[in-house]
Amino acid sequence: MNPFIEIITQPDNIAIVIMIIMVTFFTLWAFQQAFDNDKLIAAGKPVDGENEGLVDTFKPLVRIELIIALVVMVFLTFWSIVVDAPLEEIANPTLTPNPAKAPWYFLGLQELLVYFDPWLAGVVLPTLIIVGLIAIPYIDINPRGNGYYSFEERKFAIVTFSFGFFILWLLLIVIGVFFRGPGWLWYWPWQEWDHSRVVFEPTRDLSNVIGIDSRSLPGFIIGAIVVNGYLVAGMVAPYRYLKKKMPDFLKQFGMIRYLVTTFLFITMMSIPVKMVLWLVFHIKYIWITPWFNV
Amino acid sequence: MNNQTDIKERIRKNLIWKSIFRRDYRNTVRDRAQAVFGNIFLHLHPVQVREGAVRLRFTWGMGGITFFAFIILVITGVVLMFYYHPSIEQAYSDIKDLEFQVPFGVILRNLHRWGAHFMVIVVMIHMFRVFMTGSYKAPRQFNWGIGVILLVLTFLLSFTGYLTPWDQLGFWAITVGTNMGAATPLLGYQGPFSEFLHITPFNDVRFALLGGSRVAGNALLRAYIWHCVAIPLVSVILMFVHFWRVRKDGGISKPQK
Repeated sequence: MNPFIEIITQPDNIAIVIMIIMVTFFTLWAFQQAFDNDKLIAAGKPVDGENEGLVDTFKPLVRIELIIALVVMVFLTFWSIVVDAPLEEIANPTLTPNPAKAPWYFLGLQELLVYFDPWLAGVVLPTLIIVGLIAIPYIDINPRGNGYYSFEERKFAIVTFSFGFFILWLLLIVIGVFFRGPGWLWYWPWQEWDHSRVVFEPTRDLSNVIGIDSRSLPGFIIGAIVVNGYLVAGMVAPYRYLKKKMPDFLKQFGMIRYLVTTFLFITMMSIPVKMVLWLVFHIKYIWITPWFNV
Repeated sequence: MNNQTDIKERIRKNLIWKSIFRRDYRNTVRDRAQAVFGNIFLHLHPVQVREGAVRLRFTWGMGGITFFAFIILVITGVVLMFYYHPSIEQAYSDIKDLEFQVPFGVILRNLHRWGAHFMVIVVMIHMFRVFMTGSYKAPRQFNWGIGVILLVLTFLLSFTGYLTPWDQLGFWAITVGTNMGAATPLLGYQGPFSEFLHITPFNDVRFALLGGSRVAGNALLRAYIWHCVAIPLVSVILMFVHFWRVRKDGGISKPQK
């Protein structure tokens, strides 16, 4: 069979295909409604749902809940009749599959292992994702766009969230599911997996680029300056910009909120930064210390 | 015709019927309200809701669908538990039995597995909807946080269920996943600074997750208990808080300008 068809129709991957279809559909619907509301706001008209009244729960809401429940039940039953859940060979600790993949919703994190050491990709970054998500309502003090789809009124929030959700979470999952083969090497869906394929990629660390051993003291110092400099500059630069352009906002925003927001933001942006460093420049580590590598 | 109304009337006047439903339903404002707050399942709802709660384009029904998927998973999960032993000697053959011995065992297992994938998908879309409508803003900040934790618990429910068939797929997925625990700073034996706390493979986070230094019988038992008892228990409690707060924070969010 065509490898592309084969990989798409693997029982567990059908869920990913369904996810892609559903997410695409609802994303388009959400942004469609957001742009519609933006036009209404620009025209000074009330947004969708602003002047709506109340209806009885019984029966309009109860009826629609029943219908949705039935549709979901029919859909899941159909799915369960058509596709059988896979059951592989009995667990064998001496036979490691290549590649050994985590469940699909964690493949974005597993993909990060290409760019980060496990303590960052598997522990620190997931923790910061959870903390960051919970922090959103407390750092987003923009009162507009509350209770309706909109884009113009909260561009930064929506662009940032969308980048995290679509690129860093969903796209990395799709890459992990469909484009990663033996040795976690990149395979296009139409390529056959080759278990004997070895790719020699010359790796170097940041300070090697300018000819300094990354494991020496000068290398350590350069790494420390770059990593901490990235954090400090990433938190100072927006401050100076905001101080100049939006002083009132900065005052209202407050120092604690500012520090939390910029820390979370530049941590998130360190993911694409590391990706570019590895994929374009083949730089593995920026900072090597006796205890951890970044 | 006459006969029909007569039978209806007799059923409704019946002592048993009246003991269950307590009163007649006449489609008055009062009776429609009574139908909601007089019913333990429906009284989750207010008596009246915004039109937006009924029109699908606003909520997409995603929160409700997530809860419905959870109910399907609880029901199919409980039935599956009748056929399953969480031991490495029996787990795999129990799943094989589902396939070849248990009536409708295949459908049962399929429903549980696809329902789980489905729940993970819809809960993410629910979060996306709440974000896009700005519904996490005041006064709903706290409930968004509860929702994030429920999202994580959904992932963990699915993750712990992965190991239960004791096949190659689950075994290695859990091996990859729990190896991350070994990388925890301070508390994992491969993590930064763990040597200062004298952490070894036999007392670190990964050991606690697996009940051992490798994925074996104890890990299966732990995954099973987390999956079937502990996480569902916590999830249900947080769902109650989540739904309660939806009501207390003013129901489905509406445009505030």
